[in-house]
Amino acid sequence: MELFKQSGMIDFMGRSKLAAAISLLVVVLSVVLIVTRGLNYGVDFSGGTIVQVKYETVAPIAQIRQQLAVHPLFADASVTEFGSSEEVIIRLGGSSGSIESDIGDEAAKVLQGSGAFEIRRVDMVGPKVGGELREKGLMALLLAILGILIYVTFRFEWRFSVASVLALVHDLTISVGALALFQIPVNLDVLAALLTILGYSLNDTIIVFDRIREGVTQLKTAVLSETINDSVTRTLSRTTLTSMTTLLVVVMLYLFGGEIINAFAFTLLVGIVVGTYSSIFVASPILLYLGFDVKAYRARIAEKAKQAAERERMRAQFEQGTL
Amino acid sequence: MKLNFRLIIFALAILFGVAFSAPSLLQLDKGAKITLGLDLQGGLHMLLGVKTEEALKSRLKSVAASIKHFSDRNDILIEDLAASEEQVRFSLLDSDDAKAMDEMLGKIEGLTLRKEGEVYALGFGEEAVAALKNKAIEQAIETIRNRLDQFGLAEPTVARQGEEKILVELPGIKSAADEQRARELISRAAKLELMAVDEERAMRVYQMSPAEAAQFGDLILDDAEREGVKHLVREIPILDGAMLTDASVGFNQNNEPIINFSLNSEGAQIFGDFTGRNVGKRLAVVLDGKVMSDPVINERIGGGAGQISGRYTVASANDLAIALRSGALLAPIEMLEKRSVGPSLGADSIQASLVALVGGFVLVMGFMIVYYRAAGVIANIALVVNLFLILAVMALFGATLTLPGMAGIVLTVGMAVDANVIITERIRELLREGSTIHKAIEEGYANAMRAILDANITTLIAAVVLYVYGSGAVKGFAITISIGILASMLTAILGTHGIYEMIESKIQQRKNVGFWFGVSKGA
Repeated sequence: MELFKQSGMIDFMGRSKLAAAISLLVVVLSVVLIVTRGLNYGVDFSGGTIVQVKYETVAPIAQIRQQLAVHPLFADASVTEFGSSEEVIIRLGGSSGSIESDIGDEAAKVLQGSGAFEIRRVDMVGPKVGGELREKGLMALLLAILGILIYVTFRFEWRFSVASVLALVHDLTISVGALALFQIPVNLDVLAALLTILGYSLNDTIIVFDRIREGVTQLKTAVLSETINDSVTRTLSRTTLTSMTTLLVVVMLYLFGGEIINAFAFTLLVGIVVGTYSSIFVASPILLYLGFDVKAYRARIAEKAKQAAERERMRAQFEQGTL
Repeated sequence: MKLNFRLIIFALAILFGVAFSAPSLLQLDKGAKITLGLDLQGGLHMLLGVKTEEALKSRLKSVAASIKHFSDRNDILIEDLAASEEQVRFSLLDSDDAKAMDEMLGKIEGLTLRKEGEVYALGFGEEAVAALKNKAIEQAIETIRNRLDQFGLAEPTVARQGEEKILVELPGIKSAADEQRARELISRAAKLELMAVDEERAMRVYQMSPAEAAQFGDLILDDAEREGVKHLVREIPILDGAMLTDASVGFNQNNEPIINFSLNSEGAQIFGDFTGRNVGKRLAVVLDGKVMSDPVINERIGGGAGQISGRYTVASANDLAIALRSGALLAPIEMLEKRSVGPSLGADSIQASLVALVGGFVLVMGFMIVYYRAAGVIANIALVVNLFLILAVMALFGATLTLPGMAGIVLTVGMAVDANVIITERIRELLREGSTIHKAIEEGYANAMRAILDANITTLIAAVVLYVYGSGAVKGFAITISIGILASMLTAILGTHGIYEMIESKIQQRKNVGFWFGVSKGA
């Protein structure tokens, strides 16, 4: 089966203005969302406690709220359904530093009489650890971006690396914007998903860039936009198909992986779609804007080849001389 | 058909993968197995902090206690002995005793001494404080480990994390009651002190403020059992639990459980001296800052044995004896992070992630076969081997499989075939341009290699950063995805290449590229 039997070249760069407009709009919208709605930080980062309770029958949410409201410890508790109608998550802003007394036990006492239930999970993160995790998380994102920047510069050229990092920032911003829009709780797993997006969305960009690099040296045209069009067209099937296989499994995770990794799967879902789009429509045009010079690049490659040939010649001479 | 080095390596990888993943998959008794994370098997994960500044305070207090004992024993007159947060102060009344006192103090390690006339100010230097705090943490780890071992839980983990945190993982916890008991046992300071009751002022304890008591060098302590009952004791204890050698459960004449303890020779001597000197007065047995009992001293008690009575059940007396035996915590501990997962939730998580794994697997494999025909089948073989390899490597290194780790494996399924998609698309491209089959395969692999390497390395960079900065279960994700990527280089690139080399003559014979690569030639 072949889905991409394009024989001609698709004019991607001709549509790069439209793509830039769309990207900018979505990025700005995401930033506005992040600033105004804010992120729904989970207990990992904000500190606090969640108690996951499973009832044998449908959870009586109204009654649970009522019973909790009376107890000072649970005054600020929020109760939400979790995955199914039998399960609820009780979330508190507070945590307890004491080891003997436990919020899970307290919750069990307070909920007495609301039906047959089981406390399945208690996650408590103290403020100190929460702050530390937040710091580490931010550090991880920055370091990953930095590492990738260095690697791509080393493998390609600085313009490629700036373009790929801008594309990454584009992907991350929109993914985080989606988290803000749907108020997905941001925990450590979401951070893992964001880091995965970093690595993964770059994969597609690199496939395209690799082809552009090849095209620059091999194609007849010295016009960058034509080279880009040719390369993006040729890699289109690869870019979309690799994303598709990954998307298939992420959809499975999202649908069947269970409520606990839902936020993780959701973040990946958004990130992979946006990442695929950006490697086609965002990363390559930036290369164009940054003024990548095909002729200069070729000259440099030729110069390097000449130097290598020169060295080779010298060595041959040297070896002959010693013979 | 011919063998080639790629195929041989691939065959070895298959052997390795199957052999080392078998113990985990089949739950064999022998061989290294993958451990399930607490989020999958259920259990209690705690990150504890040690209040190290308290260790310093109690060290100062015990310095004060030894000064008191030393001066009493040698008839050295001192006055205003007090221990504050940072130092111990007292005045030496007779300067003739200075030499003996200085000598005694010189034996206490790390102690800094400042003298202003007859006033002594004792403290610890920066280095000594750091060493003391470090010791408090190490001692806490040791103590908690001892207690948990005696408690009889399966495979408890107690490890230092970072500078001053302690990670405790208890996979064996199955019920809330178990958890409660384990937490109480861990957190119990088990600090036993024997203190003198201030008989002169004991009557006025209910009218006294703590500040006022402090002026007399006294402390007001609550009674452990009788609500509202207070005791006035001398601030500086006669001796503390550090001199305890054993504690066990016994029964008193009413057949109620009590705890018998015995002291080492130094403790026995101090105890004997004190009781001999204070017949008719009361002695308070203080546990974790609460007065358990305050019996009147009838006679000198030699031999260094005593008992703690209280309203115990056999189980709680037993836990307390364990705590006393394993030593007091030098500093109190606090809960920084706690995650407890019930076994039923863990089982649900395993099931859900398995469904996602199988579903993702079937979808991706189906897609590859439909889209790439025989090339898809070859990619699928590599994918299956990849899964075995991930499990085998994890088992070999004793890695822990967590829920995010499962998600990482699922994700690897989607990402490992990417390499094959890239390669096969390259091959197709070359075939369309009219390359021979041999050239298409060889150049397809050669050209795709660069892009695949770059792509995998960037993902690895992100995964490694996640491993270093991630914590808990998320580390499991970084592990599985890293192993998956590395394994995919072996299976999806080397392995499939070997298979093509082996069957190349077959492909040449049946020139049906539609069957082999799912491509219509020359389109």
